[in-house]
Amino acid sequence: MATLSVNRAPFGGFSFENCKRNAVLEADSTKLGCSVPAARKTGTTICGIVFKDGIVLGADTRATEGMIVADKNCSKIHYISPNIYCCGAGTAADTEMTTQIISSNLELHGLSTGRLPRVATANRMLKQMLFRYQGYIGAALVLGGVDCMGPHLYSIYPHGSTDKLPYVTMGSGSLAAMAVFEDRYKPDMEEEEAKRLVRDAIAGGIFNDLGSGSNIDLCVITKGNVDYIRPHDEANKKGVRTGDYKYKRGTTGVLTKVVTPLNLDTVGEHVQTMDTS
Amino acid sequence: MDTRGLRSQLKDSVPVAGFCPHGSYGVQDALRSGFSSVKNEILPSHPLELSEKNFQVNQEKMNFATIRNIQGLHAPLKLQMEYRAARQIQRLPFLQSSNLALDTLRNSDESIGFEDILNDPAQSEMMGEPHMMMEYQLGIL
Repeated sequence: MATLSVNRAPFGGFSFENCKRNAVLEADSTKLGCSVPAARKTGTTICGIVFKDGIVLGADTRATEGMIVADKNCSKIHYISPNIYCCGAGTAADTEMTTQIISSNLELHGLSTGRLPRVATANRMLKQMLFRYQGYIGAALVLGGVDCMGPHLYSIYPHGSTDKLPYVTMGSGSLAAMAVFEDRYKPDMEEEEAKRLVRDAIAGGIFNDLGSGSNIDLCVITKGNVDYIRPHDEANKKGVRTGDYKYKRGTTGVLTKVVTPLNLDTVGEHVQTMDTS
Repeated sequence: MDTRGLRSQLKDSVPVAGFCPHGSYGVQDALRSGFSSVKNEILPSHPLELSEKNFQVNQEKMNFATIRNIQGLHAPLKLQMEYRAARQIQRLPFLQSSNLALDTLRNSDESIGFEDILNDPAQSEMMGEPHMMMEYQLGIL
């Protein structure tokens, strides 16, 4: 039986106990000419803009692992608090858990202060946590929300640096999306115009970046109201089959039909206890 | 592994034994931790291991230094006294303590981190040998 040694201090958080073993295995297998499985490549387009009275966040819905599309309709806009949402690019599990932890922390913070959390608070919590893990948590985020100081939009990099800008993009399709923003962004846009611009930016990522695809999700945050539109637009509509290739019922004629009834007599019926020991 | 950046980390950190823990029977676990060598004993296996082990200590050090600069020496002294008192409130050594008083002092009862959801010692499936741990604490082992 395994027992703890007497003076072992218990310790929560990440466990590094297999790192040494993995390093040893990796060194040995490269000596033999084999290679250990590498991390899969990820790809995403996420973006956000500030418009006249709020924030529009946008994301594609493709999840990739290397050359494989793992999920055609995944959700990349995560809930942080009733007035703050966050798009995540990078390692899917890391963005998911990071946003969940910050969401829980902000909820506790809100219960303690009795106010709606501010976007700057969420940003500070996220960057301090990501900096603590030195980029090993692969979460590139676009954080947007409306609080008592108006709309705010941040982009957060996996190493913990942040930008506060009127329009931001992240992920492998960020260059395509940013090109659309640089061309057509204007300060103080109307909501419909802003939604169209974000839609076109994400569509630029979907059509020009292989790591992004499928649908376009939007999240419009205004003061006191959140509109999570999923899906807002399907960029790649699947083609419809024009012809119907099924045979109609009765195409093959029935020539003869014979029904043979089985007359079985019940001889006896008794209940037997099942052995359940 | 890159060991250049480690020197600065190792200098300031509190020395933590047990980068190369022994197995349950007190012998080197060669499968998990490789063959024993001085390098294995001293160097961490992951770049984050050292900073994670020292995170709480370093954070407290920084907080005490800040509060000392703002309020004077009495503030960290008084706080440290309270920490020490709160740390002594424990269950028997083989039972997991909730550390509620300490958490309240540190304000960590109002935050959730990876240490609360991954490898939570309160949910550990292993339990120490009660008699042995008690005897160790009383100094009669």
